[in-house]
Amino acid sequence: MRASAQPDRRGYFGAFGGRFVPEVLAFALDELESAVDAAFADDAFWSDFHGLLCSYVGRPSPVYRARRFERCAPVVVKREDLNHTGSHKINNTLGQALLARRMGKERLIAETGAGQHGVATATVGAKFGFPVDVYMGARDVERQEPNVALMRMLGARVHSVTSGTQTLKDATNEAFRVWAAEVERTFYVIGSVVGAHPYPYMVREFQRVIGDEARRQCLEEHGRLPSDVVACVGGGSNAIGIFTAFLGDDVRLWGVEAAGKGTQSGETAASLSAGSIGVLHGSRSYLLQTADGQVCETHSVSAGLDYPGVGPEHAYLKESGRATYVSVRDDEALTAFHDFAAAEGIVPALESAHALAFARTLSRERNSSDLVLVNLSGRGDKDLAYVRGLSSGA
Amino acid sequence: MSSRLESALRKHKPAFIPYLMAGDPDLETTEAVAHAVRACGAAALELGVPYGDPLADGPTIAAAGQRALERGTRMCDVLALASRLRDAIPIVLFTYYNLVHAYGLELFAQDAVRSGVAGAIVPDVTLEELDDVQPIFEKHGLAMPLLVAPTTPAQRAGTIARRASGFVYVVSRLGVTGASAAPNVDALRGQIAGLREATRLPLAVGFGISTRKHVEAVAPFADAFIVGSALIDAYSGTSGADAVRRVELLAYELLGSSFRGG
Repeated sequence: MRASAQPDRRGYFGAFGGRFVPEVLAFALDELESAVDAAFADDAFWSDFHGLLCSYVGRPSPVYRARRFERCAPVVVKREDLNHTGSHKINNTLGQALLARRMGKERLIAETGAGQHGVATATVGAKFGFPVDVYMGARDVERQEPNVALMRMLGARVHSVTSGTQTLKDATNEAFRVWAAEVERTFYVIGSVVGAHPYPYMVREFQRVIGDEARRQCLEEHGRLPSDVVACVGGGSNAIGIFTAFLGDDVRLWGVEAAGKGTQSGETAASLSAGSIGVLHGSRSYLLQTADGQVCETHSVSAGLDYPGVGPEHAYLKESGRATYVSVRDDEALTAFHDFAAAEGIVPALESAHALAFARTLSRERNSSDLVLVNLSGRGDKDLAYVRGLSSGA
Repeated sequence: MSSRLESALRKHKPAFIPYLMAGDPDLETTEAVAHAVRACGAAALELGVPYGDPLADGPTIAAAGQRALERGTRMCDVLALASRLRDAIPIVLFTYYNLVHAYGLELFAQDAVRSGVAGAIVPDVTLEELDDVQPIFEKHGLAMPLLVAPTTPAQRAGTIARRASGFVYVVSRLGVTGASAAPNVDALRGQIAGLREATRLPLAVGFGISTRKHVEAVAPFADAFIVGSALIDAYSGTSGADAVRRVELLAYELLGSSFRGG
């Protein structure tokens, strides 16, 4: 019951995706693929999932018109920030936890950068009674202390990863290694549309609820489809989540990457805009790498976008021209962060602020009869201390 | 090339295949240690190409790769080292796919063979992705040993064994590379018996082989054993002649008296 023709049987979206992992994980991915196929064909699975999205996550999340933030074309935001745990991440962790339970797995592991996915995994771990181990780069553990405390309060063990650059990339490496060692009883909850097949496909199917709802809401509440859909892209799960429902429509899709200090500055996280094709964490996609194929250190003001790779389906949407990828610098995202809070009384996550910055530009260029839909993927409480530190010059 | 590798692995049973991270702590030490392990009786040498995101490796090899990267070690340096060692010992590279991809698949196979490399292990290229890679290695005469893991079902293991060249790398336990507790001998013995039915290639056991006891445990059924992390641990923090002495001590311990001077 695949919702669309992509990916193919080998997990390829066009030339991107696939399965590049050590042999020890091949069996686990086969096992997961079979479980995904069976679960996705089972109405009872979806009924459990959608029931919990309603009663536990608080879906459907509203679509809200940002009248004071918009310029010419109306800007409506999909309020994923109102979900339980404060971002879209919970849609995916809930789905994967249901699968893990179905498969009889005994514990969950996860990687996390900013801590949003770690918190969302710790949350479903508590809810379903799974022990949870979260791997987090040592530098992120320092930068994101409140989320570390939250994960621990939810009963998860947080492991500080000190190898390599000590950020999300290395936390992901470590999670893969731990999975390889305890693959039979452990379920690896990947937080984005990245990784080896079937992860990018599976995560998309759990996140597509965002776009399915938003499409219906635009039609019902605004009487038309949006002219443009805008979402920030790190690994790319919130963007795929909102894009998928619109793939067959005459709607422009915009992925907004984190330019950091500029795509040519060497301090960026814009894999599609500034990277090249390579293989990282199990799939072929765009990544920020040296000419030798060593993966680069990245930079973004937003920890959730600070990742050198990007989901393979985004690489495919870029190459096929179906979606367009642009980038927004740190300073532009920070301006949008402050402006959106002041104009609408909603503090967006710094990740989502990248999408808002670009959406405001679009709103200026589009007609008042157009409609710009933005995925407000998360709330910004987690970023307050960091942003205040920046404004005080610390 | 692969036939030289295969026959080298058949000279001793079990044959000793040391793994060294090229450029850790520097290329001169890697070269000196390579000659030392050959003199101790190594049948072939696995040369690690430093990579910043080695998914199949544990902390010892990951850190060794990081040290080599900090020294600026690149694929071309590893190939140059291989060409200096080519007459001394058959060489198999251990590299990740992204490095090969960035170098250019075809160019990599060509340059590796020109440098005298017998084969290349690419642990993140498994059966699913093999068709894009192996034919190109084959065309240039570069062997591609493939890995079989404890989680690999028997039928898949058979397919892997039939498609591998040079040797079959039998992973002794779950997880990543690194010195560890004893391998699961019973499971290994059973898996190797199954592989024998699928292939006549040498079967080399690796991951966690770090003591004489481990070697003795796998010797009755394995054609070769691979030691990486234990060797790297033995000389980490040293270089030059000091590193050579430490490696010799461990090699003698691993091989026992029968191999001495082999």
